[in-house]
Amino acid sequence: MGFSSFLQFFISGVTMGSIYGLTALGFTIIFNTTGIINFAQGEFVMLGGLLSVFFLKWFQIGLPLSVLLAVLATSVIGAAIERFAIRPVRGGSVINLILVTIGISIFVRGLTMLIFGKDTFVLPHFSGDLPLTFAGAAIMPQSIWILAVTLLLLLALRLFFTKTIFGKGMLACSYDKKASYLVGIGVNGMVLLSFVISALVGAIGGVILTPVTMTSYDVGIMLGLKGFSACIIGGLGNPFGAAAGGVILGILESFGAGLVSSAYKDAIAFCILLILLFVKPSGLFGLSKIERV
Amino acid sequence: MLAVLGFALFLLGLPWLVTNDYYINLLTLSLNHAIIVVGLNMLMGYAGQVSLGHAAFYGLGAYTTAILTTRYFFPLPLGMASGILTAGVVACLIGIPTLKLKGHYLAMATLGFGVIVYIFFNETIGLTGGPSGFTGVSRLHILGYKFTDRSYYYLESLVLTAVVLLSLNIIHSRIGRALRAIHSSETASQIAGIDIAKYKIFVFVLSALFAGLAGVLYAHNIAFVAPSSFGFNFSVELVTMVVLGGMANVWGAVIGALFLTILPEFLRVFENIEILLYGAILIVFVIFLPEGIAGAIAKFFNLLKTKRTDGTGGR
Repeated sequence: MGFSSFLQFFISGVTMGSIYGLTALGFTIIFNTTGIINFAQGEFVMLGGLLSVFFLKWFQIGLPLSVLLAVLATSVIGAAIERFAIRPVRGGSVINLILVTIGISIFVRGLTMLIFGKDTFVLPHFSGDLPLTFAGAAIMPQSIWILAVTLLLLLALRLFFTKTIFGKGMLACSYDKKASYLVGIGVNGMVLLSFVISALVGAIGGVILTPVTMTSYDVGIMLGLKGFSACIIGGLGNPFGAAAGGVILGILESFGAGLVSSAYKDAIAFCILLILLFVKPSGLFGLSKIERV
Repeated sequence: MLAVLGFALFLLGLPWLVTNDYYINLLTLSLNHAIIVVGLNMLMGYAGQVSLGHAAFYGLGAYTTAILTTRYFFPLPLGMASGILTAGVVACLIGIPTLKLKGHYLAMATLGFGVIVYIFFNETIGLTGGPSGFTGVSRLHILGYKFTDRSYYYLESLVLTAVVLLSLNIIHSRIGRALRAIHSSETASQIAGIDIAKYKIFVFVLSALFAGLAGVLYAHNIAFVAPSSFGFNFSVELVTMVVLGGMANVWGAVIGALFLTILPEFLRVFENIEILLYGAILIVFVIFLPEGIAGAIAKFFNLLKTKRTDGTGGR
């Protein structure tokens, strides 16, 4: 394998990996405040991309505004999901929580299919689709957009969790809910906020990804699953580990597809997921102990 | 026992109520699904373990018998037995590491397993025929007797009755009590001397065997298998059937499977509404009716009973 094809696989791996990382980040934000794995996380990514496509088509307001609108709309949907479907069963058995979030995910998927149909849609590239060549590898400008937006988002979340009162409140909830109540943090509000932020992060991921991979009503399953695999690689509950896990997964997948077989590209992610779950469920960077029997 | 007998008679009598052969086939399919759901209900309702990959066992059963009897000229009974066995063996192999996980981890692991098997069905084109499916599976015949649509229905009724009987027996035995103990508290049951790993694997393998059995019967009824019948969506449908019917209730599982297989046929007018429906049912039932239809019926009868006894007792 020459250096240029190595670089090519690496770049496409990091590009896809950033999206897995953002999805994984969404998982951990909700998991940290509620202990719930939100099986509908992939739908946020799908909604972000698909809504941008349709807002652009319907309202003719230009790409930046439609993207903004789509991200806002997805966040509102995230809030609605928390308020109307999650809150009634919060604190219930794990099995019920799993079932409800799966229900939400296929409900959203079904509704999207009814409204927008089963076709595949694409967003225009943000700044042209002329590839830049670098050391023999072609880089799409959209890849640079994806990397830049992901890094900015990570930085913003970092600041949010360490510098703002809301971010600190959410962190407090993730450590101990009862204690948070006692010091006057509105836990319900924080949980709602975690769904909003998680939907926001997912939607942004969907928006920046759609020009590269296209979108349709059913892309959420795969993205969600891979996002979760990324979480497991990085260690559940560790947001920045999850983002790193996404990049690792993207790179492994890209090299696997390029060197072994592209038909089994999706299987690679799940084999990694299963192996890690069996061998080291706390993840590569995780310290927290997971109960096993 | 009486209930099982009544149930069997009801199933055997049902074809006289429907005249159309299409409905007979629909009923056959719903009984086929019920076989899987009864098993999945044991795993989810009684032992409290989620599986989002049961469609894979159904598919393994169907594909194994299809390939062995067609490609390798196995006699039907042997092919069918191998199909069921394959589902069981794979469940055992995958269950040993997977069932150590709990809650969300277990759900995701079974989901990942289901997706891997689905990709395998799609991509090993030389073996499975790939996405376009595997054709030429022979319709079930025993000793020269070729099953018709109607007699296949009777066969599935008998198999389902046997499966229900077996499940009820297990549930009312030592094993059943152990499973319920595991559901309420793993730590407590461990302290009480229950080998929880063993019981979890037992019920997981049992449910996979049921799914494999249903898959085998499906393959030799439809005479065609394609990966699209065994994907993630079908796993979710199965879970929805369990929830709708009522967790930890064998009859509920049967009701859930019959209801959710037959209902979408009547909703054909509204195109593509099934997936939305499954989502809505899952959300609404988990929030408002966690005991499902069977639980609601039982509650209703209990209410009537207590009211009556209250009334007479008061006077």
